[in-house]
Amino acid sequence: MDNIGLIGMISIIVAGGTMAVGSIGPAFGEARAIAQALSAIAQQPDASGTISRTLFVGLAMIESMAIYCFVVALILVFANPFWKYVIEHPGG
Amino acid sequence: MELSPDSTILWQWGPVRLNATIVYTWVVMAALTLGSWLATRRLAWEGKVSRRQNLLETLVSFLNDQIRAVGRREPGRLLPFIGTLFLFIAVSNSLEIIPGFHPPTGSLSTTAALAICVFFAVPFFGVMQKGVIGYLKHYIKPSVFIMPFEIIGEFSRTLALAVRLYGNIMSGSIIVGILLSIAPLFFPIIMQALGLLIGLIQAYIFAVLAMVYIASATAIHERTEEEKRMK
Repeated sequence: MDNIGLIGMISIIVAGGTMAVGSIGPAFGEARAIAQALSAIAQQPDASGTISRTLFVGLAMIESMAIYCFVVALILVFANPFWKYVIEHPGG
Repeated sequence: MELSPDSTILWQWGPVRLNATIVYTWVVMAALTLGSWLATRRLAWEGKVSRRQNLLETLVSFLNDQIRAVGRREPGRLLPFIGTLFLFIAVSNSLEIIPGFHPPTGSLSTTAALAICVFFAVPFFGVMQKGVIGYLKHYIKPSVFIMPFEIIGEFSRTLALAVRLYGNIMSGSIIVGILLSIAPLFFPIIMQALGLLIGLIQAYIFAVLAMVYIASATAIHERTEEEKRMK
């Protein structure tokens, strides 16, 4: 297989794998955070303002892990530097 | 497919390039300035308060409350900085629903600029609060070995701040673009409504995180005193 096909194939496979693996961890983390926050609000409804504000900030930080993976996957698919290099230098 | 509005060049004269990000940033700045000018043109102290003034007062008091709740201190000089960050990001994310408008926060250059502002604001407010030596002391607070990690942490959180905002906004517009080619009737509208919510939440989170970083650089002294009292 030539370089273009190889780089395209590997980029797409790795992009899919990045999204798959990179969304499992944040999904577990967010589920845990929300479950804990819900039980905390159920126990102390007075503190719901503070809890939900902290929850939002925490969720954003957890979610940013998934967003990093998404950005990496998008770069691999749409703006792959190696792909551009191979297209511009055919044969080597 | 375009990953950012940076690559759309609207006007070029020699080395001077005017890309879509800059133009839309100007649009947002003009909208904010014009809106505030219109609202503050005729301020009323008593009697009937105009709707615009009411809106601005609600916004400012909301920001003050949030800064008080997160930073546990009076807003003071923090309000202009945090409020500007929040308003700029919120307005540019909300204008996303106007057709043809690419939010400038969907470009890594804008978000990196905002994050670098926060990066320099943290030592600025820290030095203003505690003096140069007092601020530098917090790098070696528990022990000297912490210092490299503190410095790495400052850079990595700046990077995280920039990429988080960029990734969220850019992914929203790309998902809408992909959905337009698959199911063009209803789903893009739902995703855009979700994008509005995410845009506001991200603006809030950016402002709150900037607040948390500044508060952690300025309020360490008080916290140790509290801990001493606890013991």
